[in-house]
Amino acid sequence: MSETLADSGQIDSSKRTWLIATSCAGAVGTAAVAVPFVSTFQPSERAKAAGAAVEADISALKPGEKMTVEWRGKPVWIVRRTPEQLAALKSLDGQLADPKSERNPAALTPEYARNEARSIKPEIFVTVGICTHLGCSPSDKFQTGAQPSLPDDWQGGFFCPCHGSTFDMAGRVYKNKPAPDNLEVPPHMYLSDAKILIGEDKKA
Amino acid sequence: MAEFHEISPNASATEKLVNWVDNRFPMTKLFKEHMSEYYAPKNFNFWYIFGSLSLLVLVIQIVTGIFLTMNYKPDAALAFGSVEYIMRDVPWGWLIRYMHSTGASAFFIVVYLHMFRGLMYGSYRKPRELIWIFGCAIFLALMAEAFMGYLLPWGQMSYWGAQVIVNLFSAIPFIGPDLALLIRGDYVVGDATLNRFFSFHVIAVPLVLLGLVVAHIIALHEVGSNNPDGVEIKATRGADGRPLDGIPFHPYYSVHDVFGVGIFLFVFSAIVFFAPELGGYFLEYNNFIPADPLKTPLHIAPVWYFTPFYSMLRAVTSEMMYVLIACVLLGAGLGVVKFKMPTIFKAAIVGFAVVVVAMMLAIDAKFWGVVAMGGGVVILFFLPWLDFSPVKSIRYRPSWHKYLYAVFVLDFLVLGYLGMLPPSAIGGRVSQLGTLFYFGFFLLMPWWSRLGEPKPVPSRVTFVAH
Repeated sequence: MSETLADSGQIDSSKRTWLIATSCAGAVGTAAVAVPFVSTFQPSERAKAAGAAVEADISALKPGEKMTVEWRGKPVWIVRRTPEQLAALKSLDGQLADPKSERNPAALTPEYARNEARSIKPEIFVTVGICTHLGCSPSDKFQTGAQPSLPDDWQGGFFCPCHGSTFDMAGRVYKNKPAPDNLEVPPHMYLSDAKILIGEDKKA
Repeated sequence: MAEFHEISPNASATEKLVNWVDNRFPMTKLFKEHMSEYYAPKNFNFWYIFGSLSLLVLVIQIVTGIFLTMNYKPDAALAFGSVEYIMRDVPWGWLIRYMHSTGASAFFIVVYLHMFRGLMYGSYRKPRELIWIFGCAIFLALMAEAFMGYLLPWGQMSYWGAQVIVNLFSAIPFIGPDLALLIRGDYVVGDATLNRFFSFHVIAVPLVLLGLVVAHIIALHEVGSNNPDGVEIKATRGADGRPLDGIPFHPYYSVHDVFGVGIFLFVFSAIVFFAPELGGYFLEYNNFIPADPLKTPLHIAPVWYFTPFYSMLRAVTSEMMYVLIACVLLGAGLGVVKFKMPTIFKAAIVGFAVVVVAMMLAIDAKFWGVVAMGGGVVILFFLPWLDFSPVKSIRYRPSWHKYLYAVFVLDFLVLGYLGMLPPSAIGGRVSQLGTLFYFGFFLLMPWWSRLGEPKPVPSRVTFVAH
């Protein structure tokens, strides 16, 4: 039996070069095949198309009441605030993490809502009812005063049951809470006094 | 490669069949290696039942899971109804479903006890590091499996639990939001999410889990089991080369484990038949309400087995960050002052600490909460390299180690309990303390595990015949 190349201890360097080259080509091919597989995890065209704007009729909404409409699968709240609730907003600045909505305004607060009340019309507050912490939907805590899980001088607002973040009546987050940001104000515009279009504004 | 073995023509039909197979597949060899000639220490106590039990629960979960899949529909519009259909209309469907839901909690109970056994007797130490690491990976895969399975009934807790956990990933700087989108496949948890979680739950993760279990057992059988004394039985062999303190796994421990299985099945069946919800701990009441993407239940908490880690997530607030920053600085300071090492290493430690503190100041507490939650699991992987105690087993450690372990267990239970409750000011403080203790227990282990005078370790295992 003739001696094999491995036994002789010699290295066939041209064969080794080709082995390395083909292995690399194989690795590149495998990586390329992974692309379509990972891409299937992205939202489908149907999911992307489902983001149309929705209309809401607020004529029946009384002061101190909230209504919810669904936009892109998320709850959007429309609250008609009472004058007392609006008046309380000003006194809270010191307790809030971002009273002037300066953090990430492009994503969270459209230009027309960058004011104390975070709204176009002071009394009507439109916001996405999803906590900026981990995506729970906060519950209404409009009643003022001491109550479980809330401070004794509570001025009304929203309370996230998941991790205890609190927001005031303008969706501004209190300091030292898990949620980093104020609630998102979605793009919206008034079609008439009674109708709001959520998901589109005049710019678009 | 074994020689082809001819058998006498007078042998019985069974012997001939076994010989025929053995010439083509190492059946007898495998049985001997892993059962009849696998020598396990003779001094196992009841803590050693939980490994076998977790294998049993794995089988229960796979079998019941296969049958549930036959009637379940992974569709956001149909999922909740199909689970109710299994419960009400499929003959005996309720039993299969309750076995599966109780099995999920039972899995975590036996795995937690199994892990604690390893912690007590130093079963993770040289040469069993890889067994421990495979085990931690199994624990991680099990958490993924449980989390994704929990979405499938499409109840309120399923939905909002998934929403919260997927959103954890969006806290990662830069890539987070896109990663969360990639996991959900939609802008909120929806049909796409349900469908892919179903796929992961029924095939992808179970395959990984099975592979890891095989690796865990192969590694165990390579080095041999540890025991409550932490004595290596292989060090003392008889004239035949077998460990003197070892007994064959089969029949001694196979029969012994069947007894344990019997007791386990008593308890398991009692829960399945009489208290399948176990007061809301095994099946949460809110999950009997169909998922509503517009309304979060007033109180949401993960199932009990995730709550210790969930408490750690909630404990990290922006106030807590200052404490953590102080811990990092203190740790770096001690490292520089206390230990002798070249200046370049000291500079590296200081530089690293400065970078970490800068990141802690720059990135939201929310992200660090996620880091704490993940870190609580990941830190377990490093246990073999954190423990510097001269002895393995708790039996021969200084007595105060026992109290420390007791406090650790208590801490884990308190964190788990607080994680089930709605957030509160006192609960928040306690879980912050608990989180610090949990990480302190592991991160300071290289220091405290060396302290104190260990008791003399016998050369043979302690065993009283019964």
